[in-house]
Amino acid sequence: MKKFHVTTTVNGDAVEYLCDPRETLLDCLRDKLNLTGAKEGCGTGDCGACSVTVDGRLVCSCLMLGVEAEGKQIETVEGIADGDILHPLQKKMIEYAALQCGICTPGILVAAKSLLEKNPNPTEEETRYWLAGNLCRCTGYDKIIRAVMDTAAEMREAS
Amino acid sequence: MVEVHLWSGLRSLTGGQQVVEVEAKTTGELLRALVRAHPQLQAPIDAGVSIAVDGRVIATGLTEPIPEGSEVYLMQRLRGG
Amino acid sequence: MALDDRKSDFTFVGTRPNRPDGLDKVTGRAKFGADAYAPGMLHGAILRSPHAHARIVKIDASKAEAHKDVKAVVTRADFADVPFKPGLEGEFYNVLENVMAGEKALYDGHAVAAVAATSALAARDALKLIEVEYEVLPHVTDVDKAMAPDAPVIREGAADYSVPEGMHPNVVRYHESGHGDLEAGFAEADLIIEDSFVTEATHQGYIEPHACLAILGNDGKGELWCTTQGHWIAQKTCAALLGIETSQLRVTASEIGGGFGGKTTVFIEPVALALSRKANRPVKLVMTRSEVFRATGPTSSASMDVKIGMKKDGTISAAQGIFRLQGGAFPGAPGDMTAMCAFAPYNLTNVKQIGYDVMANRPKQAAYRAPGAPMGAFAVESVIDELCNKLGLDPVEVRLKNAAHEGTKASYGPTYERIGLVETLEAAKAHPHYSAPLKPGQGRGISCGFWFNHGGETSVSLALSEDGSAQVMVGTPDIGGSRASMALMAAEVLGIPYENIRVTIADTATLGYNDVSHGSRVTYASGLATIKAARHAVEKLCERAAAKWGIPVDAVKWENGCAVPSGPNAGDFDPMPLADITADMGRTGGPISGHFEATPEGAGVSFGTHIVDAEVDPETGKTSVTRYTVIQDAGKAIHPTYVEGQYQGGAAQGIGWALNEEYIYGEDGRLQNSIFLDYRIPVASDLPMIDTVIVEVPNPGHPFGVRGVGETGIVPPLAAIANAVSNAAGVRMKRLPMSPPRILAALKDNG
Ligand code: FES
Ligand code: FES
Repeated sequence: MKKFHVTTTVNGDAVEYLCDPRETLLDCLRDKLNLTGAKEGCGTGDCGACSVTVDGRLVCSCLMLGVEAEGKQIETVEGIADGDILHPLQKKMIEYAALQCGICTPGILVAAKSLLEKNPNPTEEETRYWLAGNLCRCTGYDKIIRAVMDTAAEMREAS
Repeated sequence: MVEVHLWSGLRSLTGGQQVVEVEAKTTGELLRALVRAHPQLQAPIDAGVSIAVDGRVIATGLTEPIPEGSEVYLMQRLRGG
Repeated sequence: MALDDRKSDFTFVGTRPNRPDGLDKVTGRAKFGADAYAPGMLHGAILRSPHAHARIVKIDASKAEAHKDVKAVVTRADFADVPFKPGLEGEFYNVLENVMAGEKALYDGHAVAAVAATSALAARDALKLIEVEYEVLPHVTDVDKAMAPDAPVIREGAADYSVPEGMHPNVVRYHESGHGDLEAGFAEADLIIEDSFVTEATHQGYIEPHACLAILGNDGKGELWCTTQGHWIAQKTCAALLGIETSQLRVTASEIGGGFGGKTTVFIEPVALALSRKANRPVKLVMTRSEVFRATGPTSSASMDVKIGMKKDGTISAAQGIFRLQGGAFPGAPGDMTAMCAFAPYNLTNVKQIGYDVMANRPKQAAYRAPGAPMGAFAVESVIDELCNKLGLDPVEVRLKNAAHEGTKASYGPTYERIGLVETLEAAKAHPHYSAPLKPGQGRGISCGFWFNHGGETSVSLALSEDGSAQVMVGTPDIGGSRASMALMAAEVLGIPYENIRVTIADTATLGYNDVSHGSRVTYASGLATIKAARHAVEKLCERAAAKWGIPVDAVKWENGCAVPSGPNAGDFDPMPLADITADMGRTGGPISGHFEATPEGAGVSFGTHIVDAEVDPETGKTSVTRYTVIQDAGKAIHPTYVEGQYQGGAAQGIGWALNEEYIYGEDGRLQNSIFLDYRIPVASDLPMIDTVIVEVPNPGHPFGVRGVGETGIVPPLAAIANAVSNAAGVRMKRLPMSPPRILAALKDNG
C-alpha cells in the first residue's frame, strides 16, 4: 500500500516519517521514531498503556492513525522530565513504589500529568475516575492514587 | 529405619500400605528404597514428588539428609506461579 | 541456611529505599519484550485455529510462500520431533503441541502455522494467504461435561498411573490424601453442610503481551530476547523443541511487564526461532491482546464439592473436598494443589481431599499466583462461613479455634514447623476494620488462605569493584522490585550503602541455571543466594585483611563494612574498610567475588487472612468492595513497601476474579471475550484503598527469615469477597464470578 509522508512534532522536536495508512500513531512512535516508552497493552483503547497527548488532549495512541498526527503537537512519556530533572509525578511514583512491573507506568504518568494540568486539586474519586482508562494489574492502584494525590498537594504548595 | 507416609492415593500401588518403612539417610536414597520396596511407586516418583522431612518441604533435592527418627511424608511435586 | 546463622537486627533490611530501576521505568527508557530491534529484522505472525477441536487435514502455504514480502512460513514440520510420553517427563511434547499444533487443533486459538515478513502488516496480511483444511470434531469446554462418559476424547493415553479405572480418558491425574476417620468425624458434628461450588477460568491479565526477538542460524547458535519469568526454562525448552544444544542458545530476559505465573513457559519463542532459522534473519514476534487471551495460559476452571461438620462450639470435626479442575487440552491442571491447600489452614483430625486434573478444549492452563489454591479456598471458606452463620459463631473466633500452628499435622500430611496463621488471625481480630460498623446493605467476609512457596535452582554471582562498590548478578527476572530487595540483602551483609550496589538480571550465558521467578521464590531463594554470595566475598575480604595485618584469618571478623581484628590474639589494628581492601585486590590475590549455587529447600509455607466489606445493589446486582484489609505473614519483609504492593496486587486480582473476570465460551467452543473491554479487570474507580498488615513470623529456612509473599495474597480474596457478598445479599453465592446477572439471579431464586 502507498505510504504517506507525515510531519509532526513529538516532545518539542520536529520529526517526519513514512507510514502505511493502516498504521497507528503508536506503531509510528515505536517503530519509526524509536520512542518505545508508550506501550501496546491491548491495541483496542482499553488499557491506556499507549497514552500520549495530542495538542494537549489525552488520547490512546493505538486508536489514532499515524497519518492523523500531521501538524500536531505530541507529548509522550519520554518528554515528561525536563532534561535530567524528573517531573514531580515521576519522583513520587518511584518514592511510593507505585509501580511493580512498570509496564503501565508510562501511560499512568501521561494520564496523571494531564489530570493535574486540568485539575490541580483532584479528590480521590476524581483521580480514580480519571485513571480508570489506565489498567494496572500489579499494584491494585492504591499506591498509584496516593502518589498522584501527594504530587498534586506538593505542586499546589510549590506554586 | 525411616517411616515414610504416603498420600492415600498411592495405597493402590503398595498393596494398601500407607506407611512404608525403608532404610535411607538422604532424600535420594529414600526414593530409591521406596521403589525397591514397591516397584509400582516408580510412576508417581517419575511424575514428580516432594518430600517433607519434619515439616520442611524438600521440593526436589535428592541429597537432603534425613535425620534418624524424622517424620517423613511423600508429597506430590509442588508447583508455583 | 538454618537458625544458627539467622540475623534479627538489621541496618538495611526493612528500610524502604527507591528501587534501582525506578528512573528507567518512569522515563520510558526501560526495555520490555516488544521494545527490542535488530538490523534486518523481520516481523512474525501466527495463524490460529478458529475451531475448538479439529483435525488438520492439510495446510497449503504456497501462496504465502510465493509472496514477495514473506521470507519464511513454518508449521509443525519445522520443529524437532519430541516423542510423546505420559507424565511430567512428557512436558516438552505438551509444550510443542501447544506452541504449534500437530495433527489436531485442540482449542480456539491454537497455533497452526506462522509467517515472517518484512513488516508487521505484511506478516498479518500473509496469514490470509495460508489455506488450512480442517475436519471439525466434537468439542467440550466444561469440566463436568469433559468428565462425562459421552465427552469427546481429547487425547488417548494422556492419563497417568494415578487415575482410577473406569474414568473418562480426559481425566488425566487423580490425587487423594488426608487422614483420620471421616465417618466418625461427621458423626460427632452438630451441623454438617455439604455444597457445590464453581469457578470460571481467569487470566493473569499482565498488561504486557508476550513478545520476543529471535535469531537462530543454521549453525545451531541462537540469541533470544523475550519477556519471561524464567529465561533458563525458555532456553531449555526452546532448545529441545528446535533440536539444538541448550548452551548454544543465549536467552536474555527483557524487563517484564507482569507475569503472575503466565510467563513461566514459552508460547511464541520457539516459533520465532523456527522462523528465524528458516528466513536466516532476526524475527520479532509480538502477541496481540486477543492472542494472549486465546492462546496463552489462563487458570483452570473448577467444579467442587465440599462437606464440613462442625460442633456447636465451632470445632470442625470432619472435612471433605472434591476438586475437579479443567486445565485445557493438556495434562497439568493443579487439582492436586487445590486439594492439598484447601484445608491446610486448619488443625483437622478427620480430613480427606480429592483432586482431578481434567482436559478440555481450551488453552493449556498456566500458573496464576498460588495455582489451584484460590478455588479450593473459595469452596472451603464459604462452607465454614455458612456454618458460622447457622451456628451463630464469630468467623474469626472459629478460625482461631481450628487454626493450624507449629506442631499441627497438616491436612496434606506433615507436621508444621513455625507458621504464622494464628498471628494473622489475631491481627484481624484486633484490626479496627473487623469491629467497624457496617452500613445497611453491606456485608463483611473473612477468609484464610495458604500457599506452599518454593525454593528452586538458584545461582548468584557477586563481584566487588576496586572502588568498593559491588555488582550482583541474579537470574530471576525482576517483576515487582526484587532488584531493590537483593541490593538490600547484599548491603546488609557487606555493610556498604544500598546505593553502591548494582543488581543485574544476568542472561543465560553469564550465570548458572536459575529456576523461574515463580512460587514466590525470588526474595526467598535469590535472596538467600545473594546473602550467601555476599558472605563468600566477605570471607575473602577477611582473608586479605588478615594477610595485610599478618594475623590468622579466624582473628578477623566483618563489621559494618570493615574488617576488624577480634579475639585475644588478633592484635590492635584500625578497622579496614571494604574499599581499602578492594583498592589493591588485583595485587593481593586477584579479583574478589562471591558465588552461590544451590537449590534451597526451606521456602517455608505462608498464610494470610483477609477482611472484606462489600455492598450489593439489589436493583442492578452490582457489587462494590467498600473496604479491604490484607493481613499476611511475610516471615521478614526485606522492602516493606514492595511487600505491601504484593498484598494489594493479589487482593485486586482476587476482586476481579470474584466479581467480574471469566472466560466465556460459546456453543461453538470459541472464546467470546478476548479483549479487555469484554474481559474486564478491575480499574482504579472499581477499588478502594487496600489496607495491609505485615505479620512477621520468621521462616526457619532463610538466614533473614524471609517467606515468599507473592502468591498467598490471591488465595483468600475469592472466599472473603464471596462471604461478604453472601452476607450482604442474604444468599449464599456458590459460583464465581459474582457478576451482576448472577447476583440478580441468586436474589430472585431466594425470593
Ligand atoms: S494499547 Fe492503546 S489502550 Fe491499550
Ligand atoms: S505496575 Fe505492572 S501493570 Fe502496573
